[in-house]
Amino acid sequence: MKLNLRVWLVAAVLCLPLAAFAEEEGGPALDKAPVNLQDVESLQRGAQTFTNYCLSCHGAALLRYNRLTDLGLTEDQIKKNLMFTTDKVGNPMRVAMQVNDAKVWLGAAPPDLSVEARARGADWLYTYLRSFYRDDSRPTGWNNLVFDKVGMPHVLWELQGIQEPVYKTEKVNGKDVQELEKLKLVKTGLLTRLDGDNVDSAEYDKRVGDLVNFMVYMSEPAQVHREQIGYAVLLFLIFILFPLVYLLKLDYWKDVEH
Amino acid sequence: MSKAQQLMNWVDDRFPVTATWKAQMSEYYAPKNFNFWYFFGSLALLVLVIQIVTGIFLTMNYKPDGSLIPGTSISVAFNSVEYIMRDVAGGWIIRYMHSTGASMFFVVVYLHMFRGLIYGSFQRPRELVWVFGSLVFLCLMAEAFLGYLLPWGQMSFWGAQVIVNLFSSIPLIGPDLSTFIRGDFVVSDVTLNRFFALHVIAVPLVLLALVVAHLIALHEVGSNNPDGVDIKKHKDPKTGIPLDSVPMHPHYTVKDIVGVVVFLIVFSTIVFFKPNMFGYFLEDNNFIPADPLKTPPHIAPVWYFTPFYAILRAVPSFLGSQVWGVLAMGAAVVVIALLPWLDRAPVKSIRYRGPVFKVAIVLFLIAFIGLGILGTLPPTDIRTLVSRILSFVYFGFFIGMPFYTKADSYKPVPDRTTNATTEQKVRFFIYVAITLVLTALFAKVI
Repeated sequence: MKLNLRVWLVAAVLCLPLAAFAEEEGGPALDKAPVNLQDVESLQRGAQTFTNYCLSCHGAALLRYNRLTDLGLTEDQIKKNLMFTTDKVGNPMRVAMQVNDAKVWLGAAPPDLSVEARARGADWLYTYLRSFYRDDSRPTGWNNLVFDKVGMPHVLWELQGIQEPVYKTEKVNGKDVQELEKLKLVKTGLLTRLDGDNVDSAEYDKRVGDLVNFMVYMSEPAQVHREQIGYAVLLFLIFILFPLVYLLKLDYWKDVEH
Repeated sequence: MSKAQQLMNWVDDRFPVTATWKAQMSEYYAPKNFNFWYFFGSLALLVLVIQIVTGIFLTMNYKPDGSLIPGTSISVAFNSVEYIMRDVAGGWIIRYMHSTGASMFFVVVYLHMFRGLIYGSFQRPRELVWVFGSLVFLCLMAEAFLGYLLPWGQMSFWGAQVIVNLFSSIPLIGPDLSTFIRGDFVVSDVTLNRFFALHVIAVPLVLLALVVAHLIALHEVGSNNPDGVDIKKHKDPKTGIPLDSVPMHPHYTVKDIVGVVVFLIVFSTIVFFKPNMFGYFLEDNNFIPADPLKTPPHIAPVWYFTPFYAILRAVPSFLGSQVWGVLAMGAAVVVIALLPWLDRAPVKSIRYRGPVFKVAIVLFLIAFIGLGILGTLPPTDIRTLVSRILSFVYFGFFIGMPFYTKADSYKPVPDRTTNATTEQKVRFFIYVAITLVLTALFAKVI
């Protein structure tokens, strides 16, 4: 049995190089999103931001309104505060805009966001929503640091204010090349403050964090429940079933000569 | 005679229940020195059952329909998978068991095959056991490939597109053949429907038949063991039972149940805590609905195909055709089935083989894992070069086998079964550790 344990350890080690790989991605460094699915208030605030700002162009067709009762809301509260596109609380979060129309109007249809957090990752979303900047060469007037030439305008600009890019000049093959160094807040929004050169964006970051938290929840509503069941299953397997079957094995094998 | 006994006799007169039970289980004698590596056969059977049962429940709510829900960019198929995840009671656990089961099937089967490799379980008289097993592996790959299309995400769609397109590289019939497989000029609803049919009934039927054949062939000749000695040479003169054996039931059933519980601990950890497995069991991009107009920048198959995918990419086009890569990938799978006729060693187990084979097997392991890592990454010049070298090592292991196994030195095989000494265990552990450290380093560097 000693060897068995050791080999299991080895099997675990085998997975490590794979895990290391999962971290590697191109593009600018992403900020860590403050995801905490136990924080129901944060999820409720996120739901509010989502239905008010996102749900006019982006659908979340895989999520029903009454699923939000998971977040401690009553159906009545959901109906009064979060539903703008339908009056049936069991309906999925669809938008009135048809995909084909959206393609004509906006150039590309805004993707459905139901499982976006699983496709992009929470950190990407968190960074993306905080990285819009003014770019007059774009039709919407906005560009994004982590999604260059994005078709989406900065929907939350009233909250964040306006950021402008700061360029630095670098020599590449003897030529001067302008390279985007960082973003600078030039006009405050409802949730940001400027004090000289000091930017206080904590409130805006929190709002976006809540939104991303909600999007993570939305991408898999079962996940909190899933981990809770997981602990129970593992406790049963490790502390009850394993000792029993191991003793059973020892008992049957005690007379076999090794 | 009790009522139960009477009923049993009634049945036995008409159908051999007791006789079959005795022949296959309670009086089927297996070597008593099975070690860690011998858990994976029964575990593969367990995963097969998990896949069939969860699969049945998934079909009750899954809809193989590639058409879009009006007004959205989400297909009915993609939606039905998420419907299972959200609205079907217990749906998420069934689906995660199925998706985790697919990957764990390959984990278990790869370890099972490795066991056969190091203990010579493919050698005479178990050639057919090995050949049936190789066919099971082939079927499993087909089954996994077909099933991966069903969620109808971006990776499903483009993965299928890439693999079906491989057939079009075959001269003359290629383009028509790939159209025939898809049933359309691109992967479409037609393809989804037929892949669904093949995934839920056609391939599983063949798979089950092959598994039965694998087991019948095994029980006909009896199990090999870590020493590779023939336990039937020393039987109890009175009972005729091999001295170094124990009956399959209850000894190996209770032992395998321990393996099952340990496996379930690993399995549950993944299902409940890391169902994506860092994007290796469920790829991130597969949560984007399939879009025939938008090719993802990097199309990677699921991890269990990556060693073979890396071989495919490593082979350059030649005489204006890409078919050589496809042939190499096919050969990489087929060559495994030929092992019984490539090995010229007078002994079965690695315990009594010489240094040449041990070096060869470590190189093979490095090549296989290395190719697996390379297959997940976008190609660069250096990666292509390394894939080529490792592909040579992979095929060299098989093609060179008749020569190096003949030239190798061997230790005398004992008469009776033994258990590994602590020294052997430690040495084995060190070999594995070195191999893994080297591969991890390789993964970092490449």
